[in-house]
Amino acid sequence: MATASKTPHPDTTRVEDEDPSITETTVAELAPLYRQMLAIRRMEEAAAKAYSQGKIGGFLHLIIGQEAVCVGAIASLMPDDYVVATYREHGHAYAKGVPARPILAELYGKATGLVKGLGGSMHLFDKEKNFLGGYGIVGGHVPIAAGAAFASKYRGDGRVTLCFFGEGASTIGGFAEGLALAALWKLPVVLICENNQYSMGTPTYRSLAVEDVSLRALAHGMARDRFDGDDVIKVKRRVAEAVERARTTGEPTLVEVVTYRFRGHSMSDPGLYRTKDEVEEWKRRDPLNRSRARLSELGMSEQDLEALEGDVKAEIEDAVKFSEDSPPADEYFKYVVKE
Amino acid sequence: MAQIIGLPKLSPTMEEGVLVKWNKKEGDKVSPGDLVAEVETDKANMDFNIEDEGVLLKLLAQEGATVKLGAPVLIIGKAGEDVSALVAQAAGGAAKTAAAPQPKADVKPTPAPAAAPKAEPKPAPSPKQDDKKSPTPTATPAAGTKLLASPLAKSLAIELGVDIRNVTGSGPGGRIIERDVRATAQGGSNGHAPPAEPPEAEPDAKPSPETAIAVRRPQAADHDTDYTDTPASNMRKRIAARLTEAKRDVPHFYLMRTLDAAPLLGFRERLNALLGDRGKVSVNDLVIKAVALALRRVPECNAAWIDDGIRTFHRVHVGVAVALPEGLVTPVIRDADQKGIGSIAAEVRDLAARAKSRQLKAHEITGSTFTVSNLGMLGIERFTAILNPPEAGILAIGATIDAPVVRNGAVVVGKTLTVTMSCDHRAIDGALGARWLAAFVDLAEHPESLAL
Amino acid sequence: MAHISYRDALNQAMREEMERDANIFVMGEEVGYYNGAYKVTQGLLQRFSERRVIDAPIAEMGFAGIGVGAAMVGLRPIVEFMTFNFSLVAIDQIVNNAAKIYQMSGGQFNVPIVFRGPGGPAVQVSSQHSQSLESFYAHVPGLKVVMPSTAYDAKGLLKTAIRDDNPVVFIEGETLYNTTWDVPDASEGDHLIPLGKADVKREGSHVTLIAWSKMVWTCLEAAKVLAEQGIECEVVDPRTLRPLDVDTLAASVAKTGRCVIVEVGWPVAGFGAEVAYQMQKRCMDALDAPVERVTSDDVPMPYAKNLEDEVQPQVKDVVAAVRRVLYLE
Repeated sequence: MATASKTPHPDTTRVEDEDPSITETTVAELAPLYRQMLAIRRMEEAAAKAYSQGKIGGFLHLIIGQEAVCVGAIASLMPDDYVVATYREHGHAYAKGVPARPILAELYGKATGLVKGLGGSMHLFDKEKNFLGGYGIVGGHVPIAAGAAFASKYRGDGRVTLCFFGEGASTIGGFAEGLALAALWKLPVVLICENNQYSMGTPTYRSLAVEDVSLRALAHGMARDRFDGDDVIKVKRRVAEAVERARTTGEPTLVEVVTYRFRGHSMSDPGLYRTKDEVEEWKRRDPLNRSRARLSELGMSEQDLEALEGDVKAEIEDAVKFSEDSPPADEYFKYVVKE
Repeated sequence: MAQIIGLPKLSPTMEEGVLVKWNKKEGDKVSPGDLVAEVETDKANMDFNIEDEGVLLKLLAQEGATVKLGAPVLIIGKAGEDVSALVAQAAGGAAKTAAAPQPKADVKPTPAPAAAPKAEPKPAPSPKQDDKKSPTPTATPAAGTKLLASPLAKSLAIELGVDIRNVTGSGPGGRIIERDVRATAQGGSNGHAPPAEPPEAEPDAKPSPETAIAVRRPQAADHDTDYTDTPASNMRKRIAARLTEAKRDVPHFYLMRTLDAAPLLGFRERLNALLGDRGKVSVNDLVIKAVALALRRVPECNAAWIDDGIRTFHRVHVGVAVALPEGLVTPVIRDADQKGIGSIAAEVRDLAARAKSRQLKAHEITGSTFTVSNLGMLGIERFTAILNPPEAGILAIGATIDAPVVRNGAVVVGKTLTVTMSCDHRAIDGALGARWLAAFVDLAEHPESLAL
Repeated sequence: MAHISYRDALNQAMREEMERDANIFVMGEEVGYYNGAYKVTQGLLQRFSERRVIDAPIAEMGFAGIGVGAAMVGLRPIVEFMTFNFSLVAIDQIVNNAAKIYQMSGGQFNVPIVFRGPGGPAVQVSSQHSQSLESFYAHVPGLKVVMPSTAYDAKGLLKTAIRDDNPVVFIEGETLYNTTWDVPDASEGDHLIPLGKADVKREGSHVTLIAWSKMVWTCLEAAKVLAEQGIECEVVDPRTLRPLDVDTLAASVAKTGRCVIVEVGWPVAGFGAEVAYQMQKRCMDALDAPVERVTSDDVPMPYAKNLEDEVQPQVKDVVAAVRRVLYLE
């Protein structure tokens, strides 16, 4: 395994707090991403409804408002590439190709769930889709993502690993150590900080001395990037640069995407730590609305958009029905140790 | 500092001994190696040599008493030391064991561990004499009070047919533990009593051997019975166990030949004439020599079955069964093939004499590789002997009798001798045994070869 | 058979397995150019190169997690902790990730990884470097916990641990590295000892001593002393604490009727407490005395040699405990 580079790393960084420019795209590129974002939102809304009916329990962390980050970033990957995510990962799983049925059934705690009712909302895994999981301990999964990238480097298989985490993870050891080792060993991983500006109820100005998380890369000679996450195409383009760097040079990148969650931290969070005005202001920047408007501008008809939306609605209704009709989870001794 | 000395282990299989005779008396000064007593073990009368220096302050066992291995027999210390506390302590442990001989149950000693008092030079597991540090036993619980007993003690009491209410606990707070139950089952001071009610019969519940023994204790002076139970000596017990084991576990078979004894008797006469008053040679001595040489000719019969093979001995040690009033011992003529007939005769006489006075040492009665048993002098014409494990062969010698023999084509009155070889079939097959017996007969019928 | 050290036995195990399977790599602090802080990885870098013998910086949570991630996608890492004391800063990776991923993923991802290194008291290194953490790990479903006491066991168990498809916490006796034993070498075929199989290290009829790692040696010493007093101890070494071979342990206790559990860890919630529970549950009717435990004192390890010895179970403590369960004290 390579040892640390002795030469200073060139600063390939591009940082824009808010990029007003319009990223070039086409209906063919954007429509599927819009469809994914919409499906994720409808799926999470269905989950919130089921939660309020007592059909889903435990923790339920919704990504509503942040959909462009996971959808855009994962759109830059090949199917063989790995994704490692947090406990707020329904969207990441869906974007990586996991259908809504097993995701919702898992939330319902059913035997047909993605992980057989053993993991729930926070622990979605899909080996076939190279989705390496949702993890509940903040920052603890960053070394795991570095490990998957390590394996790619060990085998020379050309795969890239995307690792998602919140800005709240940037203060914990797992993040620091994963970042340090990924930089030291030049592991093909893209570390994506979804900065939704609140670490649960604490805003970044009260939790970070330096609110720009991407600056952590500088200390390790690592490439970095920082931009807003309203435009799914922009997310896709910028993350693709980092993915390309990882795939061709093996070098990691720390990418920070500024975004906003419209809901509380979890279903039990009334969100009293932020004002209604602030939430309304961000809702005006809703990435779904932005993408829908862009599709209209690009010439997609209202009829086609409504057809797409109707298709999504049917997909999620089917997933809900599937979940409600599925048998309850039924085994839990089988997967403690592999025989 | 005075200390209690326990009965030492004087033979490899000794579990108890009879204190035959004190060779020292209280007040005598002793040094390590001094003979203080003679002790009858399961094997022989043994010397009890003390390993400590000091004055014998108290002799705790009477002559004739049976003493368990490790049980207190004497107190040694400096002249004038007060030994009353040690005497009391020893009495606690010895009460059950130092009693004068009396009929008692033949209960196999249990393997239950309980070390003897620390002061003993060689404490060994023994279930009965460890009261030194135990809490004072509580009284037998009255009806209605809670009975404290370990789970093992409870299940063992059922197994041994002991009413646990009659057992005194020696564990913490009077807890009844394994050794208390065993002591009671063996008729110790805990006072065995039959169960108040017969235990509920379980379908497959049959009394274990221990139960049967514990319940059917021999009674010494029971005038209502028409038999007498004589307690077995250690030797008798050992013989019983060994022979049962041998006959049960070793697949015996027997080979018999009748030989012309005239040459042997003639040879003996000539030898005795030569010896004059310097000793006598018996037929048996010649047989021993012939056996030894036959084992040299057919060494495969100088053997023992070991669990995964056959051990063939390189030296020939012939055991000679000697009858005693209370049993028999088998002193050993070592390297009998190397010894002259005269020295074999002298050695056999010496060993037999000392066997009868129980003076044999352990090494003189162990290590034989083949045994000769002779009942000819008692008129027995032929018999079969039980093997003496681990030896693979034993030869039973009958009487020399007048019998018709064919000599020079004519039937005449001659002398014949019938010998029967018992073989361990695991080590010796029929043909091999027959080959050995042929060698023996050849030597016996041509006795001059015994002198070669 | 060769008479080799516990250290060399472990080295052989890794070397043989790495020769066999290119997916196996070793990662840890000082495992490569330094040849291992305790020289267990001696010569591996030279044989297998930097690709497979990887010096890690001081970041236990980082490299333990890298091991877990690599294992999830098919590699078979051996992660060395310089001592298991440092595993505490990586315990999130071991307990929250390695142990749970197989279950959390509904059986999709297993984690074939070995976390190994020395544990248990060392000599005069005080509280932070002298502690027995096996009870922590044995508590966690999804982990296997192995604690060999001899070079023979060390080699056979480590080879099996490396081949196991689950995370194995393999705690080596820090003071056992120089102990020697007859160990089969590669020419005699694969020396594999199954996990979850106890070993009777000495047979006896009067009392069962249950101990693992360093305490097996203490118990064997005590058994010698007790044999001179006419007390025959059976010393049973579970070798793996999880899964625990309760059957073999219970068979011995049922035979002897007395049980003393000796561990060098702390008394409260120590693994011996679980063993004691299992033994009383399985052997209730065979017990003549309460199950006894001998542990270290309930204190952080002191530095001074005399105090350090005082804290840990010594032969005399085991002898005394045995005499207690035999009602001889």
